[in-house]
Amino acid sequence: MSTILDPAAGRAVLQQNRAGRGERFLRGLRTPGGGVFVLLVVLLVAIVIQNPSFGEPESFIRFIGRTAPIAIAAIGQYFVIVSGEFDLSMGSVVTMQVIVAGNLIGDDDSKVIPVLVLMFVLGAVIGLINGLVTTLLRVPSFIVTLGMMLALLGLVLFWTGGAAQGNPADSFRQIGRGGIEDVPVLEIIPYPVIILAAVAVLAFWLMRRPYGRTLLAVGDNDVAAALTGARVWWVRTRAFMLSSLAATVSGILLVGYAGVHPSVGRGYEFTAITAVVLGGVVLGGGRGWVLSAAAGAFALEALFTLLNFMGVASTWRNTVQGVIIIVAVAAAAQSWQRKRRGGSAAAHSEQQRITAAPEPAEGTDKGGN
Amino acid sequence: MTTTSSAPRAKQTAQAGGFFARLSSTQIVYLVALLVLIAGSILVATTGRNFFSPGNISAILTGTSVLGFIAIGQTLVILVGSLDLSVSYVTSLASLIGAGVMANQSGNVPAAVALALGISAVIGLMNGLIVAGLKVHGFIATLGMGLIISGYLATNYKGSFGQAPLSFRLIGATGLGPVPISTLEMLACAALVLLMLHRTRIGHHIYAVGGNRDVARMSGVRVPGAVIAAHVICSVLAGMAGLLLASRLGVGSPTVGTQGGYDLLSIAAVVLGGTLLAGGKGSVVGTLGGVLIFAMLDNIMSVLQINPFMKDVVRGVVIVVAVAVYARRTIVTRPPRFGHGGHQQEIQP
Repeated sequence: MSTILDPAAGRAVLQQNRAGRGERFLRGLRTPGGGVFVLLVVLLVAIVIQNPSFGEPESFIRFIGRTAPIAIAAIGQYFVIVSGEFDLSMGSVVTMQVIVAGNLIGDDDSKVIPVLVLMFVLGAVIGLINGLVTTLLRVPSFIVTLGMMLALLGLVLFWTGGAAQGNPADSFRQIGRGGIEDVPVLEIIPYPVIILAAVAVLAFWLMRRPYGRTLLAVGDNDVAAALTGARVWWVRTRAFMLSSLAATVSGILLVGYAGVHPSVGRGYEFTAITAVVLGGVVLGGGRGWVLSAAAGAFALEALFTLLNFMGVASTWRNTVQGVIIIVAVAAAAQSWQRKRRGGSAAAHSEQQRITAAPEPAEGTDKGGN
Repeated sequence: MTTTSSAPRAKQTAQAGGFFARLSSTQIVYLVALLVLIAGSILVATTGRNFFSPGNISAILTGTSVLGFIAIGQTLVILVGSLDLSVSYVTSLASLIGAGVMANQSGNVPAAVALALGISAVIGLMNGLIVAGLKVHGFIATLGMGLIISGYLATNYKGSFGQAPLSFRLIGATGLGPVPISTLEMLACAALVLLMLHRTRIGHHIYAVGGNRDVARMSGVRVPGAVIAAHVICSVLAGMAGLLLASRLGVGSPTVGTQGGYDLLSIAAVVLGGTLLAGGKGSVVGTLGGVLIFAMLDNIMSVLQINPFMKDVVRGVVIVVAVAVYARRTIVTRPPRFGHGGHQQEIQP
């Protein structure tokens, strides 16, 4: 009788019932989180058809570098959204960090490291406040982060008088605009690409850790998660801190790209949420893959690039963005629903396909004594 | 509605929680408004002015009207369990259509008003259809709709456009004593919406759908009808706010809605008024209290000549603190059914 409780045997049966790698991959592409990668490839191919020079490694890697800030912001926003909350303060955090860097570093190279540390501490504290007010004071996160957005932006504009500031030291700006030169094939690997890769790997790793699993569980059903012993308030608060820290990293990169101006980062929260939702992550929490959120950001940026090459007036960008997110989310909603109802033919065949059962253990069919 | 029906229940909770727990969230909103009023009158008095002068009261009430229109509609949408982030763009669009069609001719006013409100209603209908039919979250549906309208506005209008005739401009400028006509219109709309919510079938359906969509559907409520009605009314009210702004400015403007930040501020006013962001619980009366608090804050800060950027800081802090005051309270005032008393079920926002 003991063999049936043997975990190794159970795993073998699971393996037996599991579809092949290729089939699992194809099935993954049909989910909203996988569909965004298809969308991204289609958009990139369309861009290359419009403008073949985009396909060259050098301009392609620059495209990735240009998208890095918004992709990092989307990864940060993912943690909050998947836990069932919103972070609307993200854009203001980006603006604040850009202004802090511009004002405190100045031309002094030696100040770069201390100010960087200060920026990360500021980001963590803002996330901590957002999270604690949301979880302990039970104020809806929409309201908390809306208040934080107004208050932070007001403070930043009050501090600067709403005008552009001088740029910080060049060594700091290099983080956003520089790169490793003289690389074969690519010629240059921009630092933002390296930072994005590091953030993506970290986020991927974190979501496979117990913390990531708990975060998903909290987003799916916080009462159930609390009953199973998760500290819901602390899990969510850390998600808010991750979001603000991601906004800090985006801010650091944007200083190099865009310079120091109070309008940098305006509207970032909605762009990040759009990217996350485009990546198939469900508002309300509990569903979605972190790398799909980053892919959503790339799809959005690729869309804008495509519109640019096609000569569409930049004022129509918003309209196209609006149509795309409604269509994408509507398609995703239909797909999740079909899955839940199990109404589609594919779902039925999937259920019937699972036939292998554990071999009855020796003795069970012999009646024994 | 907690204010009218919970009197006997309130007594039970009173024993456990004291004076504060006995108050409904609507009463707390007006208590906060009273506090702001007292603090404001003292602060304004220190600068040697009178908070209660007819001119100042008129200024405060004028401040309530535009946000009031939008917040009343937003209340309906939030009650039904959705959100509307497109209101500020609808407001801009309505002001442009209104002023554009009028073209300084008094005869064109009825046509202009009808066209502006009609287009607003169509936008609301599309919002409702996307939310109810395609099952898209209200946040995304209306964010997308707002982006679509903003692209149209940015492409076709470079600056202010059209001209409102004098007869139409008078609506935004005249008043009965210190009470502006526009505020009276807003209050009339609020009364109509209140009547609809508490006396008609669609009103009860809105509460039912917001409380629990599945339960409502299984009880025979036509969920799409309630969602679409809430969105249409919300957009029409946002359109009226746009017409009011057109009459006040004399022209239509593509940025008038977004500059006011009406989308997020109206949601803040609704939540400040004690309506649950998740839907199903709340009142228009509370929302009016929230709008009044914002209008008084703005007025006080203007009189005290506070830096305009600091105004946003104060506003942000007030929103969070005020909501925190009653967000911690138990929301379901249901008497305990099992075990020892005083153990109430709480809804986590």
